[in-house]
Amino acid sequence: MAVADSGAEPTVIADKLDIIYKVIAGQGGKGTAATALRRILKRQDRPTIREVHAVKSVSFTAYKGDAIGVIGRNGSGKSTMLRAIAGLLPPAAGAVYTGGQPSLLGVNAAMMNDLTGDRNVVLGCLAMGMSPAEVQSRYDEIVDFSGIGDFIDLPMSTYSTGMAARLKFAIASAKTHDILLVDEALATGDAEFRIRSERKIKELRDQAGTVFLVSHSLEVVQETCNRALWLDAGVLKLDGPVEDVIQAYLKSTRS
Amino acid sequence: MPTAAEPTGVTDPAVLAERYGLSKSSIRPPLGSYLRELWSRRQFVLSYATARTYAMYAGARLGSIWQVLTPLLNAAVYYLAFGVLLGTKNGIDNYVAFLLSGIFVFTFTQRCMTEGSRSLALNLSLIRTLHFPRATLPLAYVLNELNQMLVSLAILFVVVGFTDGPQWRWFLIAPAMVLQMMFNIGITLVFARIGTFVSDITQLLPFVTRTWLYASGIFFSLPYKLEQLHAPSWVVQVLAFNPISAYIDIVRRSLLEEHKRNQLPHAWTIAIVWSFVMLAAGFWYFWRAEDRYGRG
Repeated sequence: MAVADSGAEPTVIADKLDIIYKVIAGQGGKGTAATALRRILKRQDRPTIREVHAVKSVSFTAYKGDAIGVIGRNGSGKSTMLRAIAGLLPPAAGAVYTGGQPSLLGVNAAMMNDLTGDRNVVLGCLAMGMSPAEVQSRYDEIVDFSGIGDFIDLPMSTYSTGMAARLKFAIASAKTHDILLVDEALATGDAEFRIRSERKIKELRDQAGTVFLVSHSLEVVQETCNRALWLDAGVLKLDGPVEDVIQAYLKSTRS
Repeated sequence: MPTAAEPTGVTDPAVLAERYGLSKSSIRPPLGSYLRELWSRRQFVLSYATARTYAMYAGARLGSIWQVLTPLLNAAVYYLAFGVLLGTKNGIDNYVAFLLSGIFVFTFTQRCMTEGSRSLALNLSLIRTLHFPRATLPLAYVLNELNQMLVSLAILFVVVGFTDGPQWRWFLIAPAMVLQMMFNIGITLVFARIGTFVSDITQLLPFVTRTWLYASGIFFSLPYKLEQLHAPSWVVQVLAFNPISAYIDIVRRSLLEEHKRNQLPHAWTIAIVWSFVMLAAGFWYFWRAEDRYGRG
């Protein structure tokens, strides 16, 4: 496929992206130790492993300053696509090209649960490559932004889903990313935090970064994004301005 | 920068990507820059290891006293079984020191392997949230075990110092520890990769390490035992190639005067070769799959 080079600077290019992943589908097959060992040695998969073709030949180009909403029904491959952009899922065919290292924020990605919130902040920042001095200077800002308050001294396992999501978003957005991928991470936060994080996303856009946002809240997509991708059963159905795509999506769900 | 601003109509995605300096998202960096990146995260490794040690004992009533108690209880069980019940002392005078040194050195490597094999699987969420060189996680686990090993060594020095008094020989332990540490980093990286893709290995490892335990001459002196069994001399030569035996042998040479008559052949050479080979192989093997950790 060929794409138009409009002169704007692209940050993410998906070229006929295909993603197939393996899932273990229940019990079955011979479960003896001998056959299991033979499978390991021959590097075969278990007979019960099924392949799921989650994303089928998706192509698009994202530019600097784009905020792209990804919409579609449950299981249509939205999260899978984001993980491929982040480089966490290697594509089966095709390729994703990115400028800089994308950062993925997912709702189910807890960090180190048995450690306290403030340890998580420090470790998260160090893992992203900040120096200890940098962490020190950013620490207050991160905790403030998360709005966790006194809970910062408690282990993350005691946090509610929303609180954990807030802290994670605060940590991940402490570093300026060229490409930020947000996977439903804002859905669990309260109204106040949603407003704050939406402002942060706008800020990132203004810094000429690119933001991808997976959300089932069309309202959020409409407010924060200028463009939308509609995925249906792994196929890219529509790619265009956010209003048009949402209109078409709503139309199909109503019919 | 090439003349990027000019609209050129229609282009192939790969060409367009190259023009703007985009790279494939799931690509692994060259080994050199990977190691440099790893070095730049040394603070993360250190902090993570500290936090993990703390979290490990945070729930226990006795807290970090377990760091001292665990090796002691471990040694007590083996002493009871092999020293008292089976009577394997084989004329070793300071059998307690002999046994402890063997167990501590072996446990160091064994724990690195078993814990390291789960180091990525247990941190999947972290791997999927943030980008960092994945080798930092197994490295932090090795650091944890080193911390435990140093506590164990302190116990060992107390035991030996109590019977023999402090000796200059003791300083030989330092190079031995460095060598074993290198070996452990290597083997931990290898098992971290295997454990991620073949999770069955965590079930299998206990059996592997137990077999290794009995082959490493921890409860008895290998040359002495084989002499008793009238085994041909090449058996000792072959068994001496076991890296763990070599590390244990060096530690015993430095701690026990009486070990001179029972020491293994070429222990230093074997230890050094294993350390360097394992360290290099471990990094290379782990790095080969860097772009595939965290998928699934």
